[in-house]
Amino acid sequence: MILSVGIDIGSTYTKAVMMDDTKQVCATAICRSGYKPASAAAAVFEDLVANAGVTKEEVTYIATTGYGRYMVPFRHTQITELTCHALAIAYHFPSVRTILDIGGQDIKAIRIDEHGRVRAFRLNDKCAAGTGAFLEKTARYLGLTTDDIGPYALRSTKPVEVSSVCAVFAESEVINHLSTGIPPEDIMQGAITALAGRAVQLMKRVGLEADYALAGGMTQNQAMIEAIVAKLGSPLNLPPHGLGQLNGAFGAALLGMRRAEKLLAEGQSIPAPGGEHAHESSANSPRRWSMYMPASIIYEDSTKSLVKGTPLKVIPSRQG
Amino acid sequence: MEYVAGIDIGSTQAKGIVMDEHGEIVGKAILDMETNMGTAAQRVFERVLANANLSPSDIAFTVATGYGRYRVTFGDLQVTEISCHARGALAEFPQTRTVLDIGGQDTKAIRIGDSGEVTDFAMNDKCAAGTGRFLGAASFALEMPLSDLGPLALKSTRPVKITTTCTVFAETEVIGHLAKGHLPEDVLMGMHHSIATRCASLVRRVGMAPEVTFSGGVSRNVAMVALLEEVLGAPLNVSSQSQFMGAIGAALYALDNLQAGRRSQHVEEGVR
Repeated sequence: MILSVGIDIGSTYTKAVMMDDTKQVCATAICRSGYKPASAAAAVFEDLVANAGVTKEEVTYIATTGYGRYMVPFRHTQITELTCHALAIAYHFPSVRTILDIGGQDIKAIRIDEHGRVRAFRLNDKCAAGTGAFLEKTARYLGLTTDDIGPYALRSTKPVEVSSVCAVFAESEVINHLSTGIPPEDIMQGAITALAGRAVQLMKRVGLEADYALAGGMTQNQAMIEAIVAKLGSPLNLPPHGLGQLNGAFGAALLGMRRAEKLLAEGQSIPAPGGEHAHESSANSPRRWSMYMPASIIYEDSTKSLVKGTPLKVIPSRQG
Repeated sequence: MEYVAGIDIGSTQAKGIVMDEHGEIVGKAILDMETNMGTAAQRVFERVLANANLSPSDIAFTVATGYGRYRVTFGDLQVTEISCHARGALAEFPQTRTVLDIGGQDTKAIRIGDSGEVTDFAMNDKCAAGTGRFLGAASFALEMPLSDLGPLALKSTRPVKITTTCTVFAETEVIGHLAKGHLPEDVLMGMHHSIATRCASLVRRVGMAPEVTFSGGVSRNVAMVALLEEVLGAPLNVSSQSQFMGAIGAALYALDNLQAGRRSQHVEEGVR
């Protein structure tokens, strides 16, 4: 049996998914990334194999993604999170063309084609105002935890306007609102509406083609989902079985599975982790894109369609 | 003897200045801001009067400035902080043609013409990067008072480059650098560099001309002064009361009104 593991090392959480060759998820694990992404990845991998009831040696292939993807020495390969999100969403929902992923420190809008290939993307990782950090900060100023954000906001009856200009300046805004007697839930809902507005703005910049999907930790935040749906005027597809936050890891596991199957079909053995692929670019630091970068994507990987039943097509790299 | 007051309600601190009719400063006060801007204004006014040994009825005219200027209920006139900062800087350094003011929540570059009028200004009040808040983040991450940041940064021998723009992400980056074993002074110097670069580009946008006066709370930071002089390639005028520049400018505008024969409504009605 082939066991493929995808590990997504994000700025805030490290997520892992293990799947077997029927593409069934055998186990998942999540932990906070902290300041040492490498140890977070190691810890989450320990949890994952324990949850699956297998040994590390039984794992066939390990693919990493996310901003800490180069910092994992025991990987076979690394894949950009754009590719992973695209593959995972295309696997669940072949009709989706625009994906939104709101992370802790960045936000991505990705346009994909019918084969799950990335056609365009826009990313903001320069300003916290458009990312999950904006909500986290607002919640902190209100004395709430991250888990409180959604449930609290849902209680709001009269959301107040919160400008989404700067997550730091939101503090004085929140304090001003509180001092005038506005309840925390209305302020929280105001922040969510502001963030949803920014998110839809970013989606418009990649073309806003239906259907839509949401990935990332925000899939657990009902208030956020409703706010985005309201701004979009269209429903959002959410990855099934609680795989929303694990979407990147799931995509990495899918691609890892495809790699492993190909190697085995060609009669080759799977190299030890940390081998050739991992070595090549281990000196590279994670790439950070500007929101204004043209929508050309430099693939780190031979990106292939993973939609069920579609023949494999190698996409030429569009760099240069 | 008649007196005038200038009240500057900033995002982080409230400043008050009282001048006599000859323009001599007879009292000043500075307080941290509180949630209610109106109350903060009232408190700084009471404090500055106490320092000057005066009662409210001695003040013939009050000008309010700063971001909370419309919340100063006892103010007779509101003047923008751009005008007040320019006026305050000129009073202390008459050759000033460019003012850089770095406050708690905004940064302003002001260009002054040869007859003392404001000809251009550029302001960042939309993003905390390049404002005093960026140092606030450093102070939070390093658990160190703001006043210690400058002297410590000057000890740096190998500054770390801070790559994030956003203040929120910079906080994370600072903690990351410290976790990797970088010295606090080197990380701090990197933060100072980041602000200096941002502020210098703001100054260039208005067309820098000598002399350059640096005001606002951040001008008390020695490392920031040294770095800006290096980046701008010009010496900076820094007043010992640079935090009061806006309030001094406001008091001078109040003095203009007094000399033009205008008196506070409050005084005429005797409500104070």
